[in-house]
Amino acid sequence: MSSLSTLTPLTVKEPTPLRNRMRGGARYAPTLATLGLFIAMFAVGAGMYPSFLSGQVFLNLFIDNTFLIVLAVGMTFVILTGGIDLSVGAVVALSMMVSATLLQQGWNPATVIFLVLVIGGGLGLLMGLIIQYFDIQPFIVTLAGMFLARGLCYVISLDSIPVTEGFFTSVAQAQIPLSGDLFVSPGVLLALAIVAAAFFILHHTRFGRTVYAIGGNEHSAMLMGLPVTRTKVLVYALSGLCSAVAGVLFSFYSLSGYSLAAQGMELDAIAAVVIGGTLLTGGTGYVLGSVVGVLVLGIVQTFIAYDGTLSSWWTKIVIGGLLLVFILLQRLFARRTA
Amino acid sequence: MKSLMKNRLAWPVIALAALLLLNQIFRPDFLSLRMQDGHLYGSIIDIMRNGAPTILIALGMTLVIATRGIDLSVGAVVAIAGAASCAYIAASPEPASPVTAAMAVLIAVMAGLFLGLWNGFLVSTVGVQPIIATLVLMTAGRGIAQLITGGQIVSVSNDHYKSIGAGYLFTLPISILITAAVFVLAAVLTRRTALGTLVEAVGINPVASRLAGLRSRNIIWIVYVFSAVCAAIAGLMISSNVTAADANNAGLYIEMDAILAVVIGGTSLAGGRYTLAGTVIGAFIIQTLTTTVYTLGIPPEVTLVFKALVVITVCLLQAPKARNLLRSLKAAPKPGTKEKVAI
Repeated sequence: MSSLSTLTPLTVKEPTPLRNRMRGGARYAPTLATLGLFIAMFAVGAGMYPSFLSGQVFLNLFIDNTFLIVLAVGMTFVILTGGIDLSVGAVVALSMMVSATLLQQGWNPATVIFLVLVIGGGLGLLMGLIIQYFDIQPFIVTLAGMFLARGLCYVISLDSIPVTEGFFTSVAQAQIPLSGDLFVSPGVLLALAIVAAAFFILHHTRFGRTVYAIGGNEHSAMLMGLPVTRTKVLVYALSGLCSAVAGVLFSFYSLSGYSLAAQGMELDAIAAVVIGGTLLTGGTGYVLGSVVGVLVLGIVQTFIAYDGTLSSWWTKIVIGGLLLVFILLQRLFARRTA
Repeated sequence: MKSLMKNRLAWPVIALAALLLLNQIFRPDFLSLRMQDGHLYGSIIDIMRNGAPTILIALGMTLVIATRGIDLSVGAVVAIAGAASCAYIAASPEPASPVTAAMAVLIAVMAGLFLGLWNGFLVSTVGVQPIIATLVLMTAGRGIAQLITGGQIVSVSNDHYKSIGAGYLFTLPISILITAAVFVLAAVLTRRTALGTLVEAVGINPVASRLAGLRSRNIIWIVYVFSAVCAAIAGLMISSNVTAADANNAGLYIEMDAILAVVIGGTSLAGGRYTLAGTVIGAFIIQTLTTTVYTLGIPPEVTLVFKALVVITVCLLQAPKARNLLRSLKAAPKPGTKEKVAI
């Protein structure tokens, strides 16, 4: 089996999951490499700019990327099953538009947030059902979902809608003090709670085990009697729900709704997941790795902000370069341990 | 009639005809063409002209998808090609001369060639999954385009360059002629030689085709280069039509439109059998949709919702599971009649 796979660089699906072929620590290697890269980048930053080495710079990485962390969590589930969700950025924008519009009309914030979560989860569920029951590629279905969600944004309004509602503004301005002058935003705590929940679900529940099994080999998972159909549908619902939460967090962060917001955020989420060591073929990866992936993307932006002379487009080029490096690393590990 | 319905192109053609008919009902002069100043005018011509870049990219995408691959980077290639050619024209000492325009075209095509080689290298030699391999360029590509233009929108004034996207030849827009030429070239190269069969073989079973002595690597390399060159030419059309290079918005989401065109046209994303004619029809459907939205007086902001619904409907109609469901519903009243499964 393994000798066959080394002969066939073209196979879309790995015949055996990489996870099983990696012994001991090797399976953590891509994620550890990401962590090492993050620490190295932080050290280089500290060497270049004295003010870089502060706890708040580190915490700001979380504060500025809460929504991306939540998106990456949902995306990790989807990618672990071997699927992909292109709709997340558009669902974030839709959640922001819906909450901004309803809040402007004087709705109760709790109702609004609940409604947004229902919309996001429902859209994800719908896409999952279509993918599973009509056997259409996730790529195409979530692409249509992206058009639908983005289109609904345009239908709601083409203009930016400010959020002036009391609860949202107070959450946006709230700072939770840690030791000394350090603080985090409430969104960070929520994002970390979601990460913890996702970690628990993936590693300590039957659902999580089924997710890994599907990504490893969907056919085997089905023959083993695992609830493949249900799990695959739920994974997209979960990603939709995470996108809605991310939308709410982004509303807290930006205090507005804009139909063009979060454009291309699905790519950032996918990049974070891949940089965090999850294989796009499914079956291998960790949700904590995706969080480190988001932090790496965040530190690239911080670097460019600190430097001041580099233009913003370098962010894209560096992220593309990092993606490349990690994909090549994954190939290398896959061959070595085969 | 039955054999006609079984043709793979039947559904896309019906969908396109229905869309055109809908337009004709709401705007009686829709299908009419008229001559003015020696140029052909009409809604159909507009649809073809506006759709030319999408068709071109979708043609390249068809061959990539036929090998079981996908090329997400075409939008970025569009931006890079437009940026490179406009930056060259803007910086040259004679920005209006035909030689400069020709050089700009050459630079754009070379850029496409190089980027296609890069994608092909990642997919065939390194063995990276196509969706990730091209994701790299999709992410980095727009950054590179912005690097070339310096973050500005570079506008140029070169009439020769402008004619690629906005000029006319033999009463027809040049962009349509270029697209038609590429279509004929691709069709002849893949259907009159063994190339098309080889592409399908790689898509159906890469291992078997390699064991059969087929150089799948070279085939894969060829399709990615073809796709990127098509995208580069489309980039020339888009930038010359507005005589400016916009690194951020040129060809934004065009990869999605192109992939949709391929799928609607009847080529499976699972690779294997492909149809170039179907892709062209698929691209026409997408472009006509946009026009229909205006004809019907639907507010333009609803376009995307409309598009999403049509995409899902067409994909559901083509999904084997949905067809089986329909067929079993139809066959239910008279059990015992066995129908051949049409694919």
